[in-house]
Amino acid sequence: MLDFEDIQHFLVARPPALAARYEFLTFANPSCGRKWLSGIIDKVGTAKAVASTSQLDSRWITVAFTWNGLKALGVDEGSLATFPQEFRQGMAARVEVLGSTGANHPIHWLGGLASPDLHAIAILFARDVPERERCRQQHKDYLSECEGVEILSSLDLEAIPPFDCVREHFGYRDRLSQPVIEGMGVEPTRGSGPPIKAGEFFLGYHDEEGAPPPLPQPAVLTRNGSYLAYLRLEEHVGAFREFLRKHGETEEEQELIAAKLMGRWRSGAPLVLAPNHDDPSLGADPQRTNDFNYREMDPHGFACPLGAHIRRMNPRDTAINMQRRKMIRRGGTYGPPLPETASDDGVERGIAAFVGCASLVRQFEFAMNVWVNDPNFHELGNERDPIMGTQDGSFDMTIPKRPIRRKITHLPAFTTVRGGAYFFLPGIKGLRYLMTLGNGCSSIAHEEVLT
Amino acid sequence: MATQAVPKLEPIKPGVVPTKDWTKPQAIAIPKEGYFESKQGRYGPVFPRTPACHGFTIIAKAKPGREEAIRAYGKTLEQAIREMPDALSVLKLHYLRWVLFDVGKDKYFMYQGIFDTDFDKYTEDAVALFTRYGLNTVFENLEGFPEDWRTNVPAFANFLHEHQCPSFLEYGEYPFVTAEEIKKALALKEAFSKMLDLMQ
Repeated sequence: MLDFEDIQHFLVARPPALAARYEFLTFANPSCGRKWLSGIIDKVGTAKAVASTSQLDSRWITVAFTWNGLKALGVDEGSLATFPQEFRQGMAARVEVLGSTGANHPIHWLGGLASPDLHAIAILFARDVPERERCRQQHKDYLSECEGVEILSSLDLEAIPPFDCVREHFGYRDRLSQPVIEGMGVEPTRGSGPPIKAGEFFLGYHDEEGAPPPLPQPAVLTRNGSYLAYLRLEEHVGAFREFLRKHGETEEEQELIAAKLMGRWRSGAPLVLAPNHDDPSLGADPQRTNDFNYREMDPHGFACPLGAHIRRMNPRDTAINMQRRKMIRRGGTYGPPLPETASDDGVERGIAAFVGCASLVRQFEFAMNVWVNDPNFHELGNERDPIMGTQDGSFDMTIPKRPIRRKITHLPAFTTVRGGAYFFLPGIKGLRYLMTLGNGCSSIAHEEVLT
Repeated sequence: MATQAVPKLEPIKPGVVPTKDWTKPQAIAIPKEGYFESKQGRYGPVFPRTPACHGFTIIAKAKPGREEAIRAYGKTLEQAIREMPDALSVLKLHYLRWVLFDVGKDKYFMYQGIFDTDFDKYTEDAVALFTRYGLNTVFENLEGFPEDWRTNVPAFANFLHEHQCPSFLEYGEYPFVTAEEIKKALALKEAFSKMLDLMQ
């Protein structure tokens, strides 16, 4: 049974929110960081507290730390060494694995995210912008009492109107498939596969392989925790629309091209179920919109191209060990929407999202390395994910079609990674352990390690 | 006696992508490290695709007295593949060669695989397969194999990296052709033959 009184709510419950703010923090010394944490810990919502209400309560924030952050708070070297290598190195050091080269490289990242001074993140989701602003001010006031804790950078997020469903800047309906965690009493929607063992997302639980893997130390810090991979992905909306216009003569053709890149129409309707024409009611129906496979229903990609975004990010029945590759996504859009008729205004806009998992190397890094950026995925030879792959004009996109396929060469980059980081999201006991480090109050914690 | 003049070859510049023309056999000499430029994979350096595809050669010392146990697993794999021919399909293999040989009084095991994927990419899938089909036991008979390999993929990957002996020359008669392409070509040939038969 999951310990919902200890697990932070972030990956479990998603109260309705139209605005958010991420604050990236640095601690000048261990004591200021611990002081900040002790003043804010009561505002960190547990899964239990948040799930028991349908209203978003602005008390609830989410707090997570980089490996450098754990170090900055005073976690001892021996314990720090027990964390997995990829987390110790941090995302900026793993860009070769992720494929974030060229314009996506950390030398271009914004907000100090590639810096070893990035120690923590405070994530706030608010019901609307005024509420977000109220909380921002409140945190600012609180930080003025915590000398030595500085905001390295921040990012404000807002949902894109109209708010009938979640959309990203290119206009695609978002948040269509989320893994269901076993033991939460939720039935997966049709075609979503069986529920996934909690250990795939939270440390200390049985995972799809069996018994819980060993915990990084001390256990009180890491049990009920998760890793978060953060990505700030700029979306080049102007370039995207220009591409559609270039490759589709009519509006209908342009919509089809957009659908072929994604694997779904912008309404969310999957191409496998709606290969020729959009079907918005299908896109909006959670019981139908994932009810398809590839092996039997579209083996050659005549409906959904083999290299389309959703076919890469979730190959369904065309990859093995899928239960070990699932991730929980959280986040939202930032920047103002670009009006349909406007030309590109040079303003940065995009998606700033977190991927939650129990193993960054097995889940997040695998997805980036193999599904997103391996040019030979599905033997395609010279393609990367058309939406979020690292594109520099040298890759193609094949659209299978009878009698002869269509190949679009020199695909431009529709997105650019503008920042990223690996965080550890501790449970409440873990946060308390961090808070009390160095003042002799952690003896209880160490006892638990020994048991 | 006149010796035949060896044509002077332009040195191949590292990083230059070789042509993938299958009609033209190719050989490639590989630096000592096993790669031309260091490129980090999830679990270690990434080894290049050569005219002879991806592959690795693991050479490790067997634990004393384990020769028969290792040989017995040849039979295990034979049986597994007979019952489930696509058991290893995820590894995109062309060939596997398992060899036992002596060095002095010691017995060594060589595991050579030629495949179409970069092994680093599918390490976890391979570990899961090894568990499922009992291949783990072969490795467990080798010295230095991590006992906690089932839950410790990085340690498993590390064992492979430590015991990998990269090639310094690889040759392909039909360079860079994947097993999938070969199978597709044979299927096409079969389909054409059938078509021609039907047109008689």
